[in-house]
Amino acid sequence: MISTPALQDLTMLSITNLHANVADKPILKGLSLSINAGEIHAIMGPNGAGKSTLGYTLAGRPGYDVTDGSVTFLGEDLLALAPHERAAAGLFLGFQYPVEIPGVSNVQFLRESLNAQRKLRGHDPLSGADFLKLARAQADAMGMDMDMLKRPVNVGFSGGEKKRNEMVQMGIIDPKLAILDETDSGLDIDALRVVGDGINRIMRKPDKAVLLITHYQRLLDYVQPDFVHVLAGGRIVRSGGPELALELEREGYKDLAA
Amino acid sequence: MTNLPTRRDEAWRYADLDALARLWPLPAAEQIIVPEGTTLSRVIVQDTGGVHQINLILERGAQALFYVLNCGGDYGRVDLSVTLKQGAHFSLQAAQIGGDSQTLEIVTTVTHAEPDATSRQIVRSVLAGQATGTYLGKVAVAKGAQHTDSEQSVKAMLLDRSATANAKPELEIFADDVTCAHGCAIGELDAMAMFYLQCRGLTPADAKTLLLQAFIAEAFEGAEQADDLRQRALAKLESVV
Repeated sequence: MISTPALQDLTMLSITNLHANVADKPILKGLSLSINAGEIHAIMGPNGAGKSTLGYTLAGRPGYDVTDGSVTFLGEDLLALAPHERAAAGLFLGFQYPVEIPGVSNVQFLRESLNAQRKLRGHDPLSGADFLKLARAQADAMGMDMDMLKRPVNVGFSGGEKKRNEMVQMGIIDPKLAILDETDSGLDIDALRVVGDGINRIMRKPDKAVLLITHYQRLLDYVQPDFVHVLAGGRIVRSGGPELALELEREGYKDLAA
Repeated sequence: MTNLPTRRDEAWRYADLDALARLWPLPAAEQIIVPEGTTLSRVIVQDTGGVHQINLILERGAQALFYVLNCGGDYGRVDLSVTLKQGAHFSLQAAQIGGDSQTLEIVTTVTHAEPDATSRQIVRSVLAGQATGTYLGKVAVAKGAQHTDSEQSVKAMLLDRSATANAKPELEIFADDVTCAHGCAIGELDAMAMFYLQCRGLTPADAKTLLLQAFIAEAFEGAEQADDLRQRALAKLESVV
């Protein structure tokens, strides 16, 4: 790839030689990856390759210790920021297993989250009415009932409903970079289409980018990636275009891990 | 009681005895009788420290609904002694929130003296710093008090490893056709929930506060002054997280 100065200005995420440990065990071992605005990247790989660890490390989960390397996000040192500061800077992690939080309504949680982000960015909080309007529009777009938004966060939601809820949250928060960790797992084919459409609608924009972490090719039928990377043994072992995903689907990861 | 209690007195075992000595002698316990078939609703906000003792008698078919927020002073104790006549109902919904070196206690003795009475106690404690929060709850079912239905749900959340929670539900039953349920849990905030909330933009303090508001929510459900209680609890939570 030829990178001109103009393109470099648009670098959204730049990961260089990232090493990370979980419980003192090295999981990421020299991972490098660069994502520009307007791009959708997919990371695929076998179980245990470090896919989820990459997502958690970028979001700043406690216990995921970076031992070497660097990550810049929109020119800022991402690793120096606390998780909530990363969110306010525009990073969104879609969870593979969205957490159930009894007693806290979706609406309250999302309004407080959004306003906390706005505060860090120096913006005024959104009023209750404006927030509800925004939430309703995003819930409608994901085919989610407004009553579900008033229920406690993810409590009693099916696997598919939890993933839809992640997309509603992403729509409301409107991040610059979304890291979506196995957002396709647990979805039937109809829900997969809805979630795929949601990702395209919210994130496929010239000033945004997506990192899809996935195990299977099927989500990529709905969300066309510009680049596909194979993660194995804590490093990117191969990169290519969308055709790489098809090749992996056909031939498996066996030969790549070596 | 005329003499200052010691640690040997079970009901005062976890008390702040120095603070108690300064408060001694305690004012006489408040006496309340709820007449047959009537309902009493009472809110107790303990926000300055001190010992509140209430002796409560519920006549046949009477109801008493107590809502307690125990959160102020070096030492704050709410001590309820309740006697239930036939078909009476007592409910206690309480939250205690402590930080620094506060000692907070909720102590209850609920005596089902006659048949068909019900009692329900919900106590939620949030403890930070070197605070100690205690619930001692005795349910006594008299001989012949059949069809007693009592429930105790006691949960405590420790925000720091230096905080202490004591929980002692106690049953003394002399009837054979009764339902007495009790549950007790002491824990810490869920780390994954904390991370999830922060990933969406909440500061660590706001994330804690939100989870703790949810944790104590049951204590104020149904109270006429629920909004006021929630506001007071929120202010206290924000000061301890």
